[in-house]
Amino acid sequence: MSEGEKIFTHALVYLGAALVVVPVARRLGLGSVLGYLVGGVLIGPYVLDLVGDAGTDVLHFAEFGVVMMIFLVGLELEPERLWRLRGTLLGLGGAQVGGSAVAVGSLAMVAGLPPIQAATVGLIAAMSSTAIAVQQLSEKGWMKSDAGQRAFAVLLFQDLAVIPMLALFPWMAGATEDGGHGSAHPLATLGAVAAVVVLGRLGVPPLMRAVASSGLRELFTAAALALVIGVTVLMGLVGLSPALGAFLAGVVLANSEYRHELESDIEPFKGLLLGLFFLSVGAGIDFAAVAANPFAVFGALVAVLAVKGLVLFGLGRAAGMARDQALILGVSLAQVGEFAFLLLGFTSALGLLPAAVVAPLMAVTALSMAAGPLLVTVAERWILPRWVATRTTREHDVEDEGAQVIVAGYGRFGQIAARLLRATGHRVTLLDVDNEQIEIMKRFGARVFYGDAGRLDLLRAAGAERARVLLVAVDDPAKALEIVRVARTHFPDLALLVRARGRVDAMELVATGVEGAYRETMDSALRAGTDALRLLGMPAHQAERMARTFRRHDERAMRDLAALRHDTGALQATARERIRLLEQVLADDASTTVPDDGWDADAIRTGQNRIT
Amino acid sequence: MGSADHQRAHLTSRPKLPSRTDVPSDARVLVLLAHPALHRSRVNGPLARAARAVPGVTVHDLYESYPDHDVDVPHEQALLLAHDVVVLQHPFYWYSTPSLVKEWIDQVLLFGWAYGPNGNALMGKTWIHAFSTGGPAEAYGPEGHNRFTLRQLLAPLEQTAKLCGMRFLPPFAIHGSLRLDTAAIAEAASRYQALLTALREGLRPRDDSHERTEVVTHWEAP
Ligand SMILES: Cc1cc2nc3c(=O)[nH]c(=O)nc-3n(C[C@H](O)[C@H](O)[C@H](O)COP(=O)(O)O)c2cc1C
Repeated sequence: MSEGEKIFTHALVYLGAALVVVPVARRLGLGSVLGYLVGGVLIGPYVLDLVGDAGTDVLHFAEFGVVMMIFLVGLELEPERLWRLRGTLLGLGGAQVGGSAVAVGSLAMVAGLPPIQAATVGLIAAMSSTAIAVQQLSEKGWMKSDAGQRAFAVLLFQDLAVIPMLALFPWMAGATEDGGHGSAHPLATLGAVAAVVVLGRLGVPPLMRAVASSGLRELFTAAALALVIGVTVLMGLVGLSPALGAFLAGVVLANSEYRHELESDIEPFKGLLLGLFFLSVGAGIDFAAVAANPFAVFGALVAVLAVKGLVLFGLGRAAGMARDQALILGVSLAQVGEFAFLLLGFTSALGLLPAAVVAPLMAVTALSMAAGPLLVTVAERWILPRWVATRTTREHDVEDEGAQVIVAGYGRFGQIAARLLRATGHRVTLLDVDNEQIEIMKRFGARVFYGDAGRLDLLRAAGAERARVLLVAVDDPAKALEIVRVARTHFPDLALLVRARGRVDAMELVATGVEGAYRETMDSALRAGTDALRLLGMPAHQAERMARTFRRHDERAMRDLAALRHDTGALQATARERIRLLEQVLADDASTTVPDDGWDADAIRTGQNRIT
Repeated sequence: MGSADHQRAHLTSRPKLPSRTDVPSDARVLVLLAHPALHRSRVNGPLARAARAVPGVTVHDLYESYPDHDVDVPHEQALLLAHDVVVLQHPFYWYSTPSLVKEWIDQVLLFGWAYGPNGNALMGKTWIHAFSTGGPAEAYGPEGHNRFTLRQLLAPLEQTAKLCGMRFLPPFAIHGSLRLDTAAIAEAASRYQALLTALREGLRPRDDSHERTEVVTHWEAP
């Protein structure tokens, strides 16, 4: 087999593994990262042995995915966002990295490592996997929860902490040995960093402008890739970590006008390469090392997961988090992350950690990444339901304000409705589940309570018993339906006015018998259409009447369709029929020869009307 | 012109949505035009165009300004304050005005502003109707099939003006408008212009002679 054929065969093996295993993992609710890892194990030398000795080459190649990920992390580090998260970032993030490093480091010392090595291991193990954690949090819909927000801040801190670590390890290596070997010359380092910053600031924008003016999409992609690869090469030349360079480049470009362009160009490559990275990590797990010393490896695995999880849980509770949220924080960040592979590689190159330590730690890291999603699943399936069931109303802070109207979801939609109600002197209680949103609103003087309106106890606490109207303005249709069901069942007298995304959601809501279902875009779109009619020369009053007719028919059609919505065949036939009818109606309305209008004098003139 | 040029011409002459009628500083005659379907009008459309051509006359199209009948009260009051004469131009509908005029009256002529204590904003101003009827002049009166005179039918409006301290002039009427041909409509439009010009110049019919006048069809200088 020639080299070229070999490459294609391997590509096919990797892609095939991803295509077969990842969907299954997702279906089982295990998350894609775990899928990739398992896929990697399957094609690895210990199961099917399809990759042979190419595995390590692929790993090197795939590490580039991590570099890209870090470049993107840098790109997304808007200073404002950092500033907003500064409290959690420095407090919780710092405590997590420090606490976990000390705890794991101590365990490593107990296990017999010399202090400097133990400290190194502690620092490396403190890193969590952004890829796994973010994936898990967003898959479970926890990204916006308290735990999600804080996890994000902690991950950000870790991303930032890598930079000083990359500087620290060479110095620590110097402290263990004669020093110097592998670490970069300080001047070269400074020069390279300066080069990245200056080029990013001054060189890249004109280059991008030139590329953009060429109008060739693929050139842009090429330029983005060249940028990341260029930084990687440059860093390699001076012996610095490519990740560090990529991160720097990302930060430098975070404020540039090409940020989104770069992001969308790199994103697909990152996704694919990161998948490849996880696959090769799976394939690279040294089961021989594990088998040689299974107790040490599994002991270390369990210890690391337990220590990191407990540290996070404890810190979360200390920071005032609810029990379930602290648990989510703990399980979603307990694993050791992709940075560890990088840092392990880096430190072993520095001679800071001996191969005898690095190999099993690589295995521990990979296994912990595999265990991470499992941990989350266990917590979600078996612990959280129990905690949530028994938890009291302590977690939401909702009060009964004697409101006439309860607004669930204080986003773009809820705000407008609530402002109208308040401006007209009505008592309105506001609920939301987005902490950030609540904080912002607080700054504008609006009191928004934290709490999930889908919960009966919470609605009761908000005063749903006596309120007249519940305005459901959440942007998630499934959540809206859930709130409607709970409210309908327990507060039959409460009128329900519900935001719907589109026609289908509105039909679903109408079928449940809510007092009002409002398609988000209906009113603005109709107004835009009416204005268009006017600009085309139609008198305002006629355009207005047209829009009203249109709306009336459209709404009637929706109601009729809602009744039929489960019978798809009938639904389509009726929809077609309705559209025909509506077109007919509008055509009639637009035509001056059809006497459809109260002001048609022609009919009076030709007829023998007594009025004149 | 190529299609690209054509498009560019379109963009530069981009139409704007009509905004509210500006409140002028010097005009004296305000024409409140009320026709719910001006695009179908044979009489009031040309009349309104004729009115716009008279200097110092503000034509304010109510159905164009308030297609949803949501009258901007402060704006309407400002317009009234800026003029001396209010001409209500409309087709005669169901022995009265089109419905938006009634809405306009209900919303704009507020207690404490147009009537009641201190309600003297309109005191001394002039109110006159200019309308087209479907029926001929003979149809209005005890002998006609509409049984009442036009002045009798307008009684609520006349009294509204009186309550606001305004002078109510005999309405300017165009009879039998359904059967007018183009030439007759043009002729009516110039009579309307003559009326507006006279009002603009502050000429009024003598009170005693017009108190009982049914309607005016031609402007006669006093
Ligand atoms: C709804 C409606 C009601 C009408 N009521 C009357 C009426 O009460 N008396 C009358 O003389 N003409 C009546 N007409 C005829 C209108 O006055 C006539 O169509 C109008 O003055 C013509 O003016 P235009 O061409 O500007 O629309 C009515 C017409 C319509 C459409």
